[in-house]
Formats: sequence, C-alpha cells, structure tokens
Amino acid sequence: MSRLPYNEMHAEDGSVRPHYGPFANWLAQTAASRIAQKRDEAERAFHRLGITFAVYGEDSGNERLIPFDLVPRIIPAAEWTVLERGLKQRVQALNAFLHDIYHDQKILAAGRVPAERVLDNTQYRREMQGINLPGNIYAHIAGVDLVRAGEGEWYVLEDNLRVPSGVSYMLENRRMMMRLLPELFASQSIRPVQHYPDMLLKNLHQVSPAGEDAPTVAVLTPGAYNSAYFEHAFLAQQMGVQLVEGQDLFVQNDTVFMHTTRGPQRVHVIYRRVDDDFLDPRAFRSDSMIGVPGLFAAYRAGRVTLANAIGTGVADDKSIYPYVPDMIRFYLAEEPILNNVPTYQLARPADRDYVLEHLGELVVKEVHGAGGYGMLVGPASTAAERAVFRERILASPGTYIAQPTLALSTCPTFVESGLAPRHIDLRPYVLSGLTVNLCPGGLTRVALREGSLVVNSSQGGGTKDTWVVES
Amino acid sequence: MLCRVANELFWMARHIERTENIARMLDVTYRTSLMPYQVTEPGLAWAEPWSVPLITAGLATEYYQRNAVLSAEAVLKFLILDSSNPSSVYCCLRAARESARSVRGAITSEMYEDLNAAWLEMRNYDYDSIQQMGVSNFLEWVKMRSHLFRGVTFGTMLRDEAYHFIRLGTHLERADNTARILDVKYHLLLPSSADVGGAVDYYQWAAVLQSVSGFESYRKIYSDVITPRRVAELLILRDDMPRSLHCCINFIHETIEHLGDGRTRELERNSGQLHAQLHYGRTDDIIDLGLHQYLMDFLQRISVLGDEISRVFLVPSV
Repeated sequence: MSRLPYNEMHAEDGSVRPHYGPFANWLAQTAASRIAQKRDEAERAFHRLGITFAVYGEDSGNERLIPFDLVPRIIPAAEWTVLERGLKQRVQALNAFLHDIYHDQKILAAGRVPAERVLDNTQYRREMQGINLPGNIYAHIAGVDLVRAGEGEWYVLEDNLRVPSGVSYMLENRRMMMRLLPELFASQSIRPVQHYPDMLLKNLHQVSPAGEDAPTVAVLTPGAYNSAYFEHAFLAQQMGVQLVEGQDLFVQNDTVFMHTTRGPQRVHVIYRRVDDDFLDPRAFRSDSMIGVPGLFAAYRAGRVTLANAIGTGVADDKSIYPYVPDMIRFYLAEEPILNNVPTYQLARPADRDYVLEHLGELVVKEVHGAGGYGMLVGPASTAAERAVFRERILASPGTYIAQPTLALSTCPTFVESGLAPRHIDLRPYVLSGLTVNLCPGGLTRVALREGSLVVNSSQGGGTKDTWVVES
Repeated sequence: MLCRVANELFWMARHIERTENIARMLDVTYRTSLMPYQVTEPGLAWAEPWSVPLITAGLATEYYQRNAVLSAEAVLKFLILDSSNPSSVYCCLRAARESARSVRGAITSEMYEDLNAAWLEMRNYDYDSIQQMGVSNFLEWVKMRSHLFRGVTFGTMLRDEAYHFIRLGTHLERADNTARILDVKYHLLLPSSADVGGAVDYYQWAAVLQSVSGFESYRKIYSDVITPRRVAELLILRDDMPRSLHCCINFIHETIEHLGDGRTRELERNSGQLHAQLHYGRTDDIIDLGLHQYLMDFLQRISVLGDEISRVFLVPSV
C-alpha cells in the first residue's frame, strides 16, 4: 500500500497522460470563476430536471441529487477495446452458467462449482428449473463493476445481474457535458453513448416470446417512491414504451395485459425494475403490493419475457463470484480477459483464519449485500468496528467474503478545497440479446470523501461522465 | 394509454388550474378588501370580503374548523400555505407535481421541468416572504406559473391522448370554478339589498369579472356599464370568452367526441346535452330560472360528467 494509487489523469512524474491532453488544456485556460459557473449551472440543471434519488433510511420523500463532477473519466479507445472483449466474454459465460444451472447443471456435475453453493443459495430459484427462455438469455442487462489498480490492471468487483441501475446518469452526464463543454467534443473524437435506449429497445425486441413480430415492451417500476424511479421513467420515455406499475397489469389465460383507456392491451416483454420476490404475489412474496398476480404462470408458459429473468441473483452473488473465471473456461473454453479480485471465502476455515488475522488490511463484504451497505473497509476502520465484524464473521462465516484492499485508481475531482484526487470505479452496461453489445464507457462513480473507497450513491458517492477517446 | 397515466394527467391539469383559480379569487378579494366601503348592515356577507373565497371554494367549514375568526391573514394562510388543506395552492401544486413525477414519461421534459421548478420555488415561500414580496405579486406569480405551464404544454406536447386528457382536466376544473365564482354574487348580494345598482354592486360585479380576466373583454364587447345580465351572458353563454362555461364545454365536448369509441356513447350524450344547453341557451331563460338555480344545476351536471369520464377512461375495469 506504499505506492500512490494510479491517477487517471496524471502520470507519476506529474505530467498529463496523453488522452487527458485536451481536457487539461481546457482546464488550464479557463478561469476559475468560469469553471465555478459551469459547475453551478450543472447543479441547477440537474435539480430542475429532477434527476434525484431517494435515500432509504432518511426522511421519506427525501430527494437528493447525486453530485456530478465536471472532470471526466477518460479511457483511451485501445484500452476500452480490451475491456469490451473481456466484458462480453464474462457476461456470455454468466448467461451460459444461468442456463446450465436451471437445466442440466453440467458445471455442478463436473465439480467446477460446488453444487451446494448454487442449490442452497437463497438467490437460486427452484421455480425456474427447466423453463426455456428466448435465446437462453437470463441477464439481458448486466452492470459489471470494474476498478483499475494500475496501468492496464483492471479487476471485476462484482457482476450486477438483477436490476442494475445508474445508466440514466451515464446518459444525463453526457448530455450535461456536451452542454457545458461543447468545444471539447468538437476538438476530439469522443465515442457517443446517447443511443443506449435504442440498443436496449432492440435488445428487448430480440428476446420477445417466439412468433411475435411487433412485441409490446413495457418498463415495470415499483412506483414513484422507488429510489431509482427517475431512471425507470427516463428509460421508458427514451424508448417510447409504457412505464407501468403492477396495478396497471393483469393476467388472463396466461397472457399479460395492461389497462389502457382503450381497454386491455397485451404486453410481450417487460423490462422489470422490480425484484424477483415482489414480482408475483401468487408465486413469490404474497404480501407484495407492487407485483402482478399470475405473472409467473404467464412467464412459465412462455407468453411473456421478463428482463432480466427471474433467478439471476444466484450468478452475481458474492459467494459465486470466485467461480466466474472458471465458468469462462468451462463454457467458452477461453482464458478470462478480465481479472477477478482474489477472494477469501470465510466459510473455508483456512481463509477465515487468515482474514481474522488481517482484518485491518482487507475489505469484508456481506455475500448478499449491495449498495455499499454492511461492509468493512479494513484500512479505514476503527478497532471497535473490526471487533464488531469479527463477532459477526464468527457467528455466520458463510455470509461473508473478504478481498484485499485494492488501490482503486483516482481521478481529479472538484471538492471544497479545489481539485483533488478521489477514488473511482466504472460500471459499463452489457446488453445481451441475439448478440452482446455495450455502450462505450459506462457510469463512473467517485467516492467524494477523501481516501474513501466506497463509491455508492447511497454512501455519498458522485458520478462523472465517462469518455472513450480515440487516440 | 394507461388508465393510471390518463388519470394522473387529468388530475395534474385540474390541480394546476385550481391553483390559478384560487389565486384569482384571492387576488380579487385582496383588492376588494383594500377599497373603502361602508358597512351599512353589519353581518351582511358583502361586508366581509375574506369570506368570499372560502364560500366559492366550498371550504368555509374546513376554515372554521381551524380558525375561530375570519381574518385576512388566516384566510391567506389557509388557502395558500396550509399543507393540511388539499385545496391550498401549496397542496394543489404538490399534487400536480407528484402526478407529473409519477407519469413523467407521458409528458415532455419541458413540462416536467417547468412544474418541478414551480414546486421547488413554492416550497420556499412562507407567510413572511409572501408579505415581503406583496400578496398581489405572489398571486400574480401563481397565475404566471399556471400560464407558463399551459404554454409549455401547448407548445411542446404531442397531440396524443395524453394531451387530450390534460385538456379535459383543465376545462372541467375551469368550468367548475367559473360557475362557483359567478355564484358567489348570489351569496354576496341579496336582491333585497338597497344598494343594487349602486357603487358596491358595481365593484362586486367588476370583481367577478376581474377574477376571470373578463373585465377588459366586457368593456370591449359591450362598451357600456356593467350589468349583472351581461356579466352572466359573458361568463356563461359567450363562446369566445376563454373562461366562460360555453367555451369550457366546447373544449370538453370536442375532446370527448375525439376520444370516443364504442364504450363512450352515454358520456358523449351527456356532454352533448350540456353543450347544446349552452350553445342554444338564452340569457333571459337563465335569469328567469334564477342564476343561482342555473349554476347549481350546472355544477351538478359537470360533476356527473367528471364521474362519467373517470368511469369510462380513468379507472380500469377488467
């Protein structure tokens, strides 16, 4: 941990990396007051656009802005090409894995993934066994979190295969940057991302139930009080499809309809932003008020496509994560292009002993946790916090994994004192239909607190526009 | 389109229109209250201008549940800022914005941004800041926000079903409000009053006109003194007066015919009948029946029409 983290903009000798050249020039030539004005403008615009999210645990109805930072995260095109290949490979393997475990379970039979890890996992949905899905696709939309630890040294932190969010920020951040810094877009070739909604719609059409030439797509949201509601509405609007809530849909003869002013209208593909548990009170949690009774029966009958499929959570679970490189080898007979972070599984006694001795150096995460809740960042923790985690781990070791604290790369970021390096990650969005596609870049999240490694928006993270620049 | 979305848009439009009408009524009340007048018969309603907006909005009971006495400050707080009064400007704007937020995909981003900006600004007002900027200026602001939103809607929105449901909501609410404002005169000025045709009478009819932006139109059309008969004609039967009952019903009937399909016969019949009544109505018949009676009947029918619209389009049935 002695070396400084990799700085995306500046090399170790302080010089500006070539792909940051035009931006660095702009920064040098623009008066501080003008930059302050632009940052102000961005904040006001985001407020007016209502690009806000609700924070759980705070006052209900509390809407906050995710802070937007003016300094872009820039990736040279050549480097992106490698990432893109790696991401496609990884998501293809994950989809193959999901199809396999819900059908023949070859990988379990081959002993490459311990059967009990999958079959006893709370995210494994027995109900999905034997159901055939269009194109055998389960994770139509994947948000894979990547971090960089050094030159060319990228790691996958987690594969989000349930209802990954944040893509609306990728799109709005770009719109904002083009508005604030048009000259930088004019003077270099920055790959566009604005076509993401078209890609998504096309992808959803491709996985509609067999024989549907003109499928009707809808986005299913838990409602206006969900933290990601803005994004649900945004994507529906951008794709030109209906944004529906559970109460708008009903099932008759295993067919899904929506209530419209012209009477019932059939729905073929549902891009659902509702968790598995809440989708259908008849099949899953009976207390769900946001689901659609009978939806699962229609799904089983192949009359409607859900994106993502039910039961994808088993593949992005942190206890399955260590096996993803092996999945790539098993299903694709290829070597993984992207690295996994070495992971200690605390259910294993040897790993557990090591972790308990090195709590101060490691990051401990809950296996089913998400959103940066319930994790211990060793180097930033107090003795008391470590003591709490030690108790928790000993009480239920299978619930935790641990990883070395990576030196996440940093990017200059506007903070109160001016520009300062802050840690960042990257979430590209991978779409799987007949083919696998990505938008260049993705969402860059930044931990705004000095030294913090937690980039989640619920934990005070911000976002940056992400540029893939032709060199 | 989705029933739920149509319903939210319909109510978004109604709530926006309602904020504007509250502002109009309060503005006129405020200005009336500044005029010198003599209380000849204490207890007569007209002597208490601040009761007018409460009567018009049908909120007198709710007001007296919260306040022991009638005062300008209490009425302003109740109708503008009270977060427990669903008909206050604050609550209507909040409801409109919540509706817009829950169906933002169905409206243009300009519309949402405009409404959101209005709401963000409204949240910052309290009684002191309204006093500081001036009550009239504040009410002007409310009206301008409503104008602006209507303009943005008109100027940016696809003429799809969503647009038509917004238009329905706006005009139903406006028809309801114009009828209520006209009826206030009934409560204010009893025919037995010695002052009929006098200065107070004039100011009150002028106030009614002003509250629906009809004062200047009246002068243009009639070039004559203000008489109750003509005010009634202008605000009920003239179809070129944008806040008249006739004009509102024209919009409503036209929209219902446009949205109509096999399931809407009864609804079309109802709106058609109401339309015919206004289209072929005569001022004399209204006066003979009694303005109050006529308006009560109208309010009843417009409320039935609203229920019918709900049943046919907005509340789903399998």
